[in-house]
Formats: sequence, structure tokens, C-alpha cells
Amino acid sequence: MNWILENLDLIGTLALEHLRQSLWAIAAGFLVSLPLGWAAWRYKALRGLVVTGTGLLYTIPSLALLMILPVVTGMSAISEANLIVALTIYALAIMVRCVVDGLDSVDPQTRSAATAMGYGPGRRFAAVELPLAGPVILAGLRVTSVSTISLATVGILVGVTNLGYLFTNGLQRRIIPEVLAGVLAVALIALIIDLLLVLAGRWLMPWTAAQPRRARRARRARNRAPQAVGTR
Amino acid sequence: MIEFDAVSKSYPGGTTAVSDFSLEVPAHRTTVFVGSSGCGKTTLLRMVNRMVEPSAGSIRIDGQDIGSGSPVQLRRSIGYVMQNAGLLPHFTVAENIATVPRLKGTSRGKARHRALELMATVGLDSGLADRYPHQLSGGQQQRVGVARALAPEPNILLMDEPFGAVDPIVRTELQQELLRLQRELGKTIIFVTHDIDEAFLLGDQVVILSEQARKLQVGTPSQIIESPANDFVASFIGAERGQRALRLKQTPTGTVLVDPQGRTQGRLIDENDLDRA
Amino acid sequence: MNLLREAFTWLTDPAQWGGPNSLLLLLGQHLMYTALAVAIAAVIAIPAGWAIGHTGRGREIAVAVSGLARAVPSFGLLILLVLLAGVLHKPEAAVITFVLLAIPSILAGAYTGLESIDRKTIDAARAMGMTEREILAKVEIPLGLPLLVGGLRSAILQVAATVTIAAYVNLGGLGLPIITGLNLRRYDMVLGGALLVAALALILELLMALAQKMSVPRGLRSTRAGDRDAPGGHGAGNGNTLELQIDRPVERTRT
Repeated sequence: MNWILENLDLIGTLALEHLRQSLWAIAAGFLVSLPLGWAAWRYKALRGLVVTGTGLLYTIPSLALLMILPVVTGMSAISEANLIVALTIYALAIMVRCVVDGLDSVDPQTRSAATAMGYGPGRRFAAVELPLAGPVILAGLRVTSVSTISLATVGILVGVTNLGYLFTNGLQRRIIPEVLAGVLAVALIALIIDLLLVLAGRWLMPWTAAQPRRARRARRARNRAPQAVGTR
Repeated sequence: MIEFDAVSKSYPGGTTAVSDFSLEVPAHRTTVFVGSSGCGKTTLLRMVNRMVEPSAGSIRIDGQDIGSGSPVQLRRSIGYVMQNAGLLPHFTVAENIATVPRLKGTSRGKARHRALELMATVGLDSGLADRYPHQLSGGQQQRVGVARALAPEPNILLMDEPFGAVDPIVRTELQQELLRLQRELGKTIIFVTHDIDEAFLLGDQVVILSEQARKLQVGTPSQIIESPANDFVASFIGAERGQRALRLKQTPTGTVLVDPQGRTQGRLIDENDLDRA
Repeated sequence: MNLLREAFTWLTDPAQWGGPNSLLLLLGQHLMYTALAVAIAAVIAIPAGWAIGHTGRGREIAVAVSGLARAVPSFGLLILLVLLAGVLHKPEAAVITFVLLAIPSILAGAYTGLESIDRKTIDAARAMGMTEREILAKVEIPLGLPLLVGGLRSAILQVAATVTIAAYVNLGGLGLPIITGLNLRRYDMVLGGALLVAALALILELLMALAQKMSVPRGLRSTRAGDRDAPGGHGAGNGNTLELQIDRPVERTRT
């Protein structure tokens, strides 16, 4: 554990780098997914294409994607931009799907009520559909952020320095605490960002805070009550 | 005969679904539990096949305490029909009906033969035998549910709002079908509903329940309509309003019955006239 | 595009398909590691997931474990376990890593499969007099199968991707040309390897998509498309949709 205490500076610097790279990808994925997800939700023909296309990209292992991308983009395989683009693609694959699912989850009756009250399509999207899709989109954003932060470590294999450095360096120098520090730092950053997203969600969507959870718990309890009795 | 003897059910959370309920359910008759949602009627029903275990009291079937044996054997001897039929979605119609016979070890061929017989009994075309539940209409699914409950030749049928989810026309059809079946089969039926008209139509004995399954009145439909036990029962069965509050109106051709909205509902005929006709 | 042509030249060179580091051998290693790890994980996670799904107990723990698992970088875990196990036990350490990575998806597939079943169906089965074992065998397992296969599908892709990275610790597999190529600055080799890995992943994905499609009980086919908007059916963690082309990225981890 001494290694960790002696190298807090290094860990801190790498963590900031790591966070910066990850946040770029998360933000880019999120921002692109909103219009793309909306279009996929709105136009049935586009939906299959977008959802299947991003889904297939998501199946390509990161190391392979990092090598194939430069052929398309012309960037250097060992550049930070290449890593961020790859991470953005994965983020986008998750987020597009969630935006579509989120918009699907909006009760059609609510939508027609909004239309009946005189909302135009644009206002209705901003004031009704997007907020109501919010919880599902937030759930997707949480998954995206955690997996992006954890995945970014692969960047070290193409020479992009971040917390992944602790893995390769730790392996070469056989310092177990160094690798452990890397794993823990990545997990910690992921959990902190996740917590911040949860808090942001509560602040932005106060109506989702306690009530649905209570309802969900009640529903689960109801579902389980007869079952528990029956097994006795 | 099914006897409820001082039965109670309370849950760990502190809610009481049933408190101190006693009743004799006569054999070969239909007893209907009726009450608004949350009155504990379904809990009472589910205690009979031990889907819910009472916290206190006991239930006897033909004098035998049901608490002593295995719940699984008990359930296989009692037919159970629920709302939305509760069919197994991955079993065909015939397989659904044959489920309990198969569980009891009846051979596949025999069970299928019995399933086809039962389909005829409940008025289902045998061509539907190899369909899956989702390929049937709501009314057909409900008939399969009844056939499935009848498959082990039970003496007792428990029916939990079985016609609650079908449209009014199909419901009327299924109610008539059940009356016909009951005339032929003479099972001991406990039927749960929140629809008082359904209760009066189907029940030989009707039990009106309020919260925690307190009995407000037990009797035949005629007894209850003729002398409601209290104001609550009177208002619950709609004695002074709606279809049951009929007035007499004299017309040149005789006396007719008129509902509160002034619409003529029928003609008053003397019982003696009816006998002659 | 020149590089692409070079990569194809490298890939189609018969020299790559023979000898001690032949691509065929690496492919075999890759598949062997993946199959072994997923099989071990399945033996552990499927019974556990069914137990959780059937009893409803331990679900919170399972959810927390899979949430946490997503936050742990696979690459870091691999190196950590390899270092802890020592040089002699490197393959074992790698397999343990893969197993750990595969467990959360399979566990989630097994218990969400059971949870996705309409409570009324299970209630009806119990009311008919099925024993708990019969309910599990005749109702819950068949109806939960598509989501379980979905979990296996996620696990296979996750492991296949991590095996690629395992080339970094000299474990072979199709990641080897990529890692070696990077060190030698042989980008035709790197790209050739990457294309092979991507192709393998896509083929595995399509095969598992097919398997998932076939695992849907006949009575449920063609019925699920319409009821996506079932109450409570939304939310990223909810698995009651059976997407039969490409699975939901939300539910799987990525390496």
C-alpha cells in the first residue's frame, strides 16, 4: 500500500486525464444521441437502421475498433482523438437505444393530451416528451458513464495515457498495488460520476424522486406476498 | 361442504385482510362473495386452496381440516379459475387443460382425450386444441380456464372474478354458460365478484362483505333484495336506485314497471297468469 | 484505403494460416477461452440466478454486484489477477478473470428471465397444484429462457472482447496480431487482426441472436412485438423486450 501513498500525485494526474477523456466521450455521445434517437423514434424506417447499426458497432471489441476507426476517419490510431471517438461510438450505441426507449415509454395518452392542449410538435418534445423520457434516458446515461470510464483504460494499449497506465506499468514492474490502485481509482471515479448523475436527475426531475420508487417497491411487495406464502 | 371457522389473516406489515370470518358453504351450490375491492374476498377464496395460509382459525372441507395435508395435493383436487384465465402462454389449449391430469401422471394420450371432452363441455370447438392462448379471444381463453379447472374432476371450483376482464356481451354469455354447466355438474362453487348483479344472477347463497371480510349479510338473492340487513346493504345492492328501484305505472293495457329514469322495463303479471301461460 | 488492401493481403497470405502462430490456432485459442469461461460462469450463475428469480431473495445484492462489475475495468482486473497468480498460473488467472466478467450478465439473464414472467401465470401454476420444482421446470425456466440466452449472448461477447486484450499478457488469441503489430509498427498486421476480431464478434453476435430467437417458446412468438409499452416495462434494466436482431447495448458491458 506504500506504493499508493507515495504515488498519489501520479494517480491524481492520471485520474484527471482519464476523467477528461471520458467526459468528452460521454458528453458527445449524449448530445448526438438526442437528435439521432428522436429521429429514430419518429421515423420507423430510420429506427431499424440506427438501432441495428449502432448495436453492431457496439459488438466490435474495443481493441479492434480502435484499429479499424483510423481507416475510416484518417486519424492516427495512437491518438487521443481516436480513443475519444471510439468511446463516443460505444456511448452513442447505448444512448440512442435509451432515447428511443425513453420516448417509447411516454404514455401516448399524455402525448395526445398535450397535443389537445395546443402544444406544437417542437414545444411538446421539449416540455412533455423529453422530460417524461428523462428517467429512462438518465438510466442509460448512468450505464454509459460507468462503462465509458471503465473502458477508457484500454486507451493505454494504443499509447493514450490515462489510468490504464497503472495497469501496463504495474504489470511490467510487477507492482500489484499499482494495478490495484488503477482498478480502484477507475471504479471510484465511475461511482462518483454515477452518484452525481443520480443527484442531477433528482434535481432536474423532482417528480421522479421518491414516489415511483415507493410505487415500485409496493408493487414488488404485492407481487411477492402470495408467492412467499405459497412456498411455505 | 366447506366450513370457515373463525378464520383471520393479517400480514406482517400490520394490515388485516380477514378478521374472524366464519361461514358454511353448502355443497353442490354456488356461493358468491361480493364486495368492493380490498374487502378480503379474494383472500378468503385463496385460503380454500391454501394459496394463502390463515393466521388463525381453520377451514374444513367435508369435515376434514385442510391445514393438515399437503397444499399441492389439495390444489390438485380443487379447480381454480382466475381473471384473464391465467393460462400458461407456452402451452397449447389442450396442454393447458391437461396440465393437472399430466401432473398427476395421466398418460399424454389419455389427458389429451379428456381435454378434448372438456373443450366440448365448455363449448369450445375442438379445432382450437392446438392453438396457443394468445391466438384466442378473451371469452375463449376464459372457457379454457374453466375447462382446465374441471380437468381433475374436482368437487370444488374456486372462481376469482373470472369474467371481470371480458366485455359485457361475452360476460353475459359466459354467465349463462356457467349456469348451464352448474345445472349439469352440481359442483360446490365459491365465486368472487364485485358486481352485485353477477352475484344475484349466479349465487344460490350470496355473502356481502365489507372491509376485513366482515359479513354484512348472508342469504339467497331474494332474501337480500327483499329484506336488506341494513342501509349499507340496501345502498350496495342498489335497492332504492337504478335497475332495482322499479315503480308501478298504470296504463290502459295494464300495469307496467318503470325505472327511476321513467323508462318502461316490463309488464307486471300475476303469478297465476304466469302459471296458466 | 491502401492500408486496408495491405491488411487484406496480410490476412489472405497462406503464411498466416499455418505454422506455430497461425491464425487458425489463435482463433481456436480465442474460442476455447471464451467457451470455457462462459461454460464455467454458466454453471455458477444460472442456478444462482434461477434461485434469485424464483424466490425473489438476494435480488438487491445481485443488482448491486452487476452494477459494481460494470465499474471494474476488465483490462485492469485481468492484469491484477495475472500478477496475483504468478507466471505459472497465468492461463488459470485469465480464465478466472473471464469467468468473473461473464457471471453478472448470465446471472442477470437468469433472474430477469424469471422476473419478466407475468405473476398471474405463476400464480395460476401454483393454484393448479404444481410443486415449486414443477413451477420452476415447467413454467419459469421455459418462459425465462430467451432472456437467459440473451444474458449468455452478452457474456460471450464480453469475454470474446476481453480475450482479445489478453494477448497483451501473452495468452494468445486473435488479439496477438494486433498487440504484436503495434509493437512492430506493422499496421497491416494490426488492421488484419482487428478485422478478424471484429468479424468473429459479429458472427458470434448473429449466432447468439439466432439462438435467442429460437429459445422463445412457440406460444409466445410474434406476440411480444406489440406489448413493449406494458406498464412498468420501461427502464434500462428491464429486460422484457425480446429484440431479435441486435441486443440492447444498455445491458451489456464492453471491453
